[in-house]
Parts: sequence; C-alpha cells; structure tokens
Amino acid sequence: MSLLNSILEQFINGLRTGSIYALIAIGYTMVYGIAKMINFAHGDIIMIGAYSLYVYSAVLKLPVIVAILLTVLTCSVLGIVTEKIAYKPLRNAPPLAVLITAIGMSFLLQNIALLIFKATPIPFASIINVPGIHLGSLYISGTTLVTLGVTTVSMIALTLFVNKTKAGRAMRAVSEDRGAAELMGISVNGTISLTFAIGSGLAAVAGILYISQYETLMPTLGALPGIKAFVAAVLGGIGSIPGAMLGGIILGIIESLSKAYISTQLADAIVYGVLVIVLLVRPSGLLGKMKIEKV
Amino acid sequence: MEKKKKLLIDAMIAVAVYAVIMVLLNKGILNRQMRSLLTPICTNVMLAVSLCLIVGFLGELTLGHAGFMSLGAYAGALVTINLPFPPYVSLLIALVVGGCVAAVAGLIIGMPVLRLRGDYLAIVTLGFGEIIRSVINSMDITGGARGLSGIERMTNHKHFTIVFILTLIVIVVVSNLVNSRHGRAVCAIRDNYIAAEASGIPVSKFKILAFVVSAFLAGMAGVVYAHNTGILKPANFDYNTSIEILVMVVLGGMGNIKGTIVAAVILTALPELLRGAADYRMLIYAIVLIAMMLFRNSKFNAALMEKKNRKVMERLQKEGN
Repeated sequence: MSLLNSILEQFINGLRTGSIYALIAIGYTMVYGIAKMINFAHGDIIMIGAYSLYVYSAVLKLPVIVAILLTVLTCSVLGIVTEKIAYKPLRNAPPLAVLITAIGMSFLLQNIALLIFKATPIPFASIINVPGIHLGSLYISGTTLVTLGVTTVSMIALTLFVNKTKAGRAMRAVSEDRGAAELMGISVNGTISLTFAIGSGLAAVAGILYISQYETLMPTLGALPGIKAFVAAVLGGIGSIPGAMLGGIILGIIESLSKAYISTQLADAIVYGVLVIVLLVRPSGLLGKMKIEKV
Repeated sequence: MEKKKKLLIDAMIAVAVYAVIMVLLNKGILNRQMRSLLTPICTNVMLAVSLCLIVGFLGELTLGHAGFMSLGAYAGALVTINLPFPPYVSLLIALVVGGCVAAVAGLIIGMPVLRLRGDYLAIVTLGFGEIIRSVINSMDITGGARGLSGIERMTNHKHFTIVFILTLIVIVVVSNLVNSRHGRAVCAIRDNYIAAEASGIPVSKFKILAFVVSAFLAGMAGVVYAHNTGILKPANFDYNTSIEILVMVVLGGMGNIKGTIVAAVILTALPELLRGAADYRMLIYAIVLIAMMLFRNSKFNAALMEKKNRKVMERLQKEGN
C-alpha cells in the first residue's frame, strides 16, 4: 500500500512538472510549425516571466491578478519584439544562422537579467494560496491543483483557438505553406507575431507556475525547463500541439519517477537519454508527421 | 608556387609568434597574469579550430564541444595521476588517451548525426554534453562535484614550447584536412548535401570523420587544459563553455581558420585584461553572436560580397588576356 502510495505521489508530481513542460513545449512547437526555427530563447522567456511577476507583485505591490496579467503581457510583447529584431531579418537565411541568433538571444536575455537582478537567488513566496486536499492517504498540494487546473484550461483554450477561430486557421495555413497562405491574403508577418505572442504568453504562465513551485528566482532558472520542454516537444513530435502536451506530461512523469527511484543526479541524464533514443528510433516524434524530403 | 609561398609565410608567422613570446617570457617582461594566460589562449585556439571543422566546414552546429573537452581532460588527468611514468611520457600518453576517449564519444555522437540535421542535431549534442557532465558528476573516480585535483601541472607557461607545438599540430591538422580531398567533400556536404550525395560522396562517412577528428582534437585540448589548471570540476565544462567556443568560431568568420585563431586569442585575452568589464562579458558575447549573424545575412554584406567578387572576376579576366 505504501509503495503504491509513493508511486502515485511521484506520478502526481510528475503530472505537475509535466504539465508545466507541456505549456512551454507548446510554445516551441507553435513557433517551429510557423517560423520553422527553434526559439532557443523560449526558456528564458519563462525566466523573464518569473522575474516580472516578482517585480509587479513584490516590488510594485500590485494586486495578484493585475500582476499576472501584466506578466503575461510583458512576455508576449517581449516575444514579438525578439522576433522582429532578431529573427525576422533572417527569414531566408540558412538555418545555422537562425539557430546561432536564437542562442545569442537566449544568452542576451539571461545576461540582461543577471545585470539587473544580480546572480544571488531571490526568494519569492508562492502567490498561490489554495489549501491542498486529501484523497484517502494521498495528499495533493494546492500548487499542484492550481497548476493542473491552469494548464488544462490553457490547453483547451489554445486548442479551441487554433481549430475554431479565423486567426487560428490562418496560423495553420501559414504553417502548412507560407507562400500559398500569403497568396490567399493572410498576413504572414501578423500571423508569425501572433504565434510568438501566444507562445510567449504561455511561457509566462508556465513561468508563474514554475516559480510558485520552486520559490527562488535566478537568471538561469529558465534554461533547464526550457531544454526539457524542448525535449518534450521533440518527444511528442515537433510542430504538433497535442504532441507537445502529451510529450510534456510523459517527460514530467519519467523525470519524477527516475528522480525518486533511480538517482537524483542522473535524472537529467535520463531525460536527455530519452531525447536521443526518440530521435534515433522515431525522429518525427510520437504524434509528428514524417516529412518527405524533396529535391 | 603561390601555395608554397603562402605556406612559407604561415610558417614564418608561427616561428615569429613563438620567438616573441619566448623572448618576453625569458626577459620577464610578462607579468604573472599575462603568463598565466598563455596556456588558456592556446587551449582555446585548439578548441575553436577543432569546432571550426564542424561548424565552419561541415556546416552543422554542435553545442557539446565542452563535453568532448571534459572527456579528454578527465581521461588524460587520470592517466597522469595513475601511471608511474616520467612526466613527459605520461603527458604524451595522456594526450593520446584523452584524444581517443573523446574521439570514441565523437563516434557515438556522430551516429545520430547521420539521421539528424540542423536544430535537432544541435539539441542532441547539447543533450550529450549534459549527459557527459552529469555522469562525470556522479562518478567516484572523477571526484564528483568536488572535482579532480592533484594533476601535475605540465602544460603551464614554464612548458610553453610543448603547448605551442600542440596548438600548431591542431591548426596544421585541421587546415590540411580542409584543403585535402576529404575536406572538399566535407565542404560539399555543407553547401548542398543532396548534390554531394548525388556526386558520389559518402555523406555519412565524411560527417562521422569530421566529428571524430574534431572530438579527438578537443580531447587533446582538454588534456592541455587539465595539466594547466591542475584541478578539474564538472561545472567548468557546462553549456556556457561550449557557447564561448562557438562565439570564437562565429566571430572568426565560420570556416576561416585564421580568423578563428585571432578571435580565440582576443576573446580569451581581452576579458582577463579588462577585468572591470567582466560583468558585461557574456552580454557582449550574446550581442556579438546576434550582430554577426544579422550582418552576415544583411543586404549590406551581400552588396560588399558582390563588389569583391566582381573585382576578382575582373582580375581573372585581365590575367586571361
């Protein structure tokens, strides 16, 4: 009974981290689908989200709801700005150039945060004040409940948006064939900006949830969840939104179980191992489409 | 004839650099800080030139170069600590062992390269780099997070000649490889791998070749690094180190070995000499990466290149007449 209990507990922990990864992974996947590039700076948007929440709620003492909204807004604007400054001029450049620029952007954001907030970690108490619940002998904390709730709502909203609205349809069209979409009168630049805004907004939400869990702010806090979420996006099949959700949750559970039952130190290595195996066995991921190369 | 002349000039530059540094060292003109910079400059030149082979000539991005370096460093250090040979013999063995261990890792990482390109490859190498680091961190023989200490310092400024020769070897190996038939095949893969494959170049073979050679050289650089600092810590070989090496290659002009060497020297020496700006170092690196990429792909640069090409064409036409 106690073993089952502890496995269940790790499972729920994994679900919580996994759903945060899923939120971040959606950003990677959407940007990849439309701009055909990996936004390395995406992980650092999480970090900016966490810091801006800190500034709005702890430094400026704004009400929590306002602070959250402002955080999401800040990150969305930041996402659009990075795209306009760094990625847009390189739209027809070789992939290597875009990749290096994205890495540069990630470094830039990290170091700007380092200059402003310094390297010392800042403790920041969770803004989520929800009592946990007991399910039999199992205890689920309030943060977990809120995290699961928020991610579920965001994912449903995003799925509806992409599948049912005009802007969502434009997004799918651009990701299918940019040239043809432009001929049909879709504003490609506008759609790309919107994608970056939504992706970064979701990253901000992920950042808020992440910081409520770990309660310490560091300029490098976004790097690790960023990379893991990327692994999740690849696992689910990059370019596919349901794939990103699935990949994130699977990855979170794998990580939490290996942390608990194999080795804390090797947990990261196991996560990367999963990535390598997936790419070797099924490079298009679990739900991705196989691409046929045309000459 | 032209080729021989160029070779002679390059050799003379190398001898001149060596002579100047030796004179400065022996006369005691260099202060302690500058002396301690000599080996790091050489290691970074080795690392950057070896990475240049993958990023500049093969046209793939790897973010795990620090991983290769760390494998070489740890393997080499363990050899010199545990084998009862005279110092220089054990250093030689360490260099070979370090290089081979890194090369085997390069082979293992090179395998997925056959199936992956671009972004995926970059992230896999990043993953491999992190796996190597966390494995080293959790092993006993490497000292874990505390680090491995007690390595005899056989490559510091007192032994500058060895370090300089090793650096020259790395540079010569890479530049000769690039100018050989194999190197042209590697460049062909970069420019258009479908066309290269259609012309009968075994793409997989050459990709793995580039990876293995680059990893071997990085492993050697790691050995030199280990025997200069005397202590190794897994934290010294993180993602940031890989990025630093990448910045050198990018700033050097991606595929320009001389440029890479100059960039490596400047980027190692400047931050140490300008300690006051240390906080801004990484920030400046980031801006350099973005600015270089934007510039290389700008209309301005395209116009410049066209002008240059036209001049070359005109010259060739004149010579033809």
